[in-house]
Amino acid sequence: MSRANSLSRANRRNGLLFCLPWLIGLTVFLIYPLCAAFYYSLCDYSVLLPPVFIGFDNYLDLAKDPLFWKSLGNTAYFAAGSVSLGLLVSLSLALLLNSKVKALGVYRTIFFLPSLMPVVASSILWMWMYNGQSGLINTGLRALGISGPAWLADPIWAKPAIVIMAVWGAGNAMVVYLAGLQDVPASLYEAALIDGAGFFQRLIHVTIPMISPVIYFNVVLSLISGFQAFTQAFIMTGSTGAPERSTLFYVLNLYNVGFQDLRMGYASAMAWVLFVIILLLTWAATKLSQRFVTYDR
Amino acid sequence: MPNPNPLTRTTPLVHLPLIVLSTLFSLPLLWLLLTAVQPREQVGKIPPEWLARQFYITVGGEKVAVTPPVTVGTDKLLVVPSAGPKRGQRLLVEPADYRDGQLNLRTQIADRIIEAGYPAELVQTVPGRFVMVKEWFLSKYTSHEARVFYLEPSQVRREISPVLGNYPEAVRALTASEKDKARPLGELLARSSLPWTHKGDRTKTITFVTYLGNTLLVAVLSVIGTLSSSSLVAYGLSRIPWRGRSTLFSVTLATMMVPFPVLMVPLYGVFRNLGWIGTLLPLWVPTFFGGAFNIFLLRQFFLTIPSELSDAARIDGCSEFAIFWRIVLPLSRPALSVVALFTFLSAWNEFLAPLIFLTEPETFTMALGLQQYQSQFGGSEWHLLMAASALLVLPIIVLFFFAQKTFIQGISTTGMGGR
Repeated sequence: MSRANSLSRANRRNGLLFCLPWLIGLTVFLIYPLCAAFYYSLCDYSVLLPPVFIGFDNYLDLAKDPLFWKSLGNTAYFAAGSVSLGLLVSLSLALLLNSKVKALGVYRTIFFLPSLMPVVASSILWMWMYNGQSGLINTGLRALGISGPAWLADPIWAKPAIVIMAVWGAGNAMVVYLAGLQDVPASLYEAALIDGAGFFQRLIHVTIPMISPVIYFNVVLSLISGFQAFTQAFIMTGSTGAPERSTLFYVLNLYNVGFQDLRMGYASAMAWVLFVIILLLTWAATKLSQRFVTYDR
Repeated sequence: MPNPNPLTRTTPLVHLPLIVLSTLFSLPLLWLLLTAVQPREQVGKIPPEWLARQFYITVGGEKVAVTPPVTVGTDKLLVVPSAGPKRGQRLLVEPADYRDGQLNLRTQIADRIIEAGYPAELVQTVPGRFVMVKEWFLSKYTSHEARVFYLEPSQVRREISPVLGNYPEAVRALTASEKDKARPLGELLARSSLPWTHKGDRTKTITFVTYLGNTLLVAVLSVIGTLSSSSLVAYGLSRIPWRGRSTLFSVTLATMMVPFPVLMVPLYGVFRNLGWIGTLLPLWVPTFFGGAFNIFLLRQFFLTIPSELSDAARIDGCSEFAIFWRIVLPLSRPALSVVALFTFLSAWNEFLAPLIFLTEPETFTMALGLQQYQSQFGGSEWHLLMAASALLVLPIIVLFFFAQKTFIQGISTTGMGGR
């Protein structure tokens, strides 16, 4: 009995010792900032002066702030566009590559490499690609007889432009789907084939259900990262989100409010709203997944 | 013989979309690398030209790179006056202004035009069909005067030739102060010291090398920090049974959903109180306290190692740390290399945190240095921007080809990569 006790005490001590760095990190770099952000969100705070408690004023101001709603709308547009198009493209690529194609490694490298690019470099590259006159995109469109828009300088086309750039970097999702597809047992396809299922029937009744957990996981992750989009817009269209604030994304707005205007309290309120949005999205995705995702194999 | 099994047979139809799509996906990167070696005047041509081309002429057996030729238009004379305000200069004048060694020169002083004749020597008659070319230099900071030539259009050749000099030119462009840019490149690189080696040296030059050094320092320290802390914590969460372990693990999983932008305002306050703003510390010190995702990844891997191994070692009198160090870590090399690779990649690519926490050019990382240059001179010097971007991108491509397997495995098993 005492032996077991001393063992469990030793385990407890060792467990805590091994986890000590994380207990400190968790407290200092996560839990404290998260609580501090909530406290600041109830304050008038500019970093330079101590925070002054003002209750829920920041949140009430947010509800009346057109820039807040604009940036929220822009971000939802971007997240929805990049997640759905990204899913479509990366899943199609994975399906194409899963058909025992030759030179798989070469194709996979070509589709995957862009997703590794530093966002700063790819943003500068795509600014050049989207150049209205001499950009590669409009030159290509001109060759097809289409006169392309001014892309990043056009309030209607700036967001789709950033979505297209995001789809270019969706190759890591393709790798994930490809790995998922290769895990689907061949016996299922054989059975479907014997039942006379065609290509699309096999796709809808076998392939998609079998990799639905992977799809779910990826969609949630890309939604969360879509809501954090910042660097592309900051570099390609400046911190104001020009033209006509059409690319003023949520985090870009938060950065401006917090680090340009030094309204840290207001920025903290925005941060908490973002956190709640991400929690709600994840919760909604989980609810949906319980209906559509197949976990049994 | 055609494969009769429809499940393993590849229809040739698959190749068509794949070829189209892979072309579309590879064009941007290709365009980046090709623009990076084009001469300035070729960039922005309509329609765009893919391969770098340069104009050349041969002068006295010497091959000279020149600017694009410009047609002279009407017949002219090239003369050198031996007196007057333009003495010794090569002037292109109308034939009517020059007669019998005498040049009729109009000079404007304030609002008066003074017309006077000066003795001048005829160097060359220039027919209207001739073209004018200037000697071509890479650097705008050179002090050397460009020579001007007038010659037959057929004497100017155009050859495919990459301007590799754009890369040193991009290094020069990223240099922080205008005064330093005028230095010869060799001296510039020699003087570009790293902030942690020359404390308090006010004469140091901040170039691309400084940014590279900062980026590598942050990336390497982050890798060391993440590997050491996350593996310890993952061990504590997977191989030691203790009360509270599952709670801590649930909390760890939950924190994966807290995005950095939510925390950045209070973190700025924390680092400001510590006096770390403007230093590299906020970028790597937190990695020594573990990260939720890496802890999760390593924990899942540690769980697959049979517990009999630890039990046997424990009976032999090994301490918990010895089991971790001698048994679990060596067996976890694949998972550790995935963690190391992704940590390095995200440190290399990171932009928002450096933007907020770094205030002094001598601590800038490459991504931040590139963005700062772009925001000042973007929109015109595309060839240099592409060369500088290539300098940021190429190490990643090289890393990918060396560690392709780890990349693919890491992303396939974790479902994400470098995010």
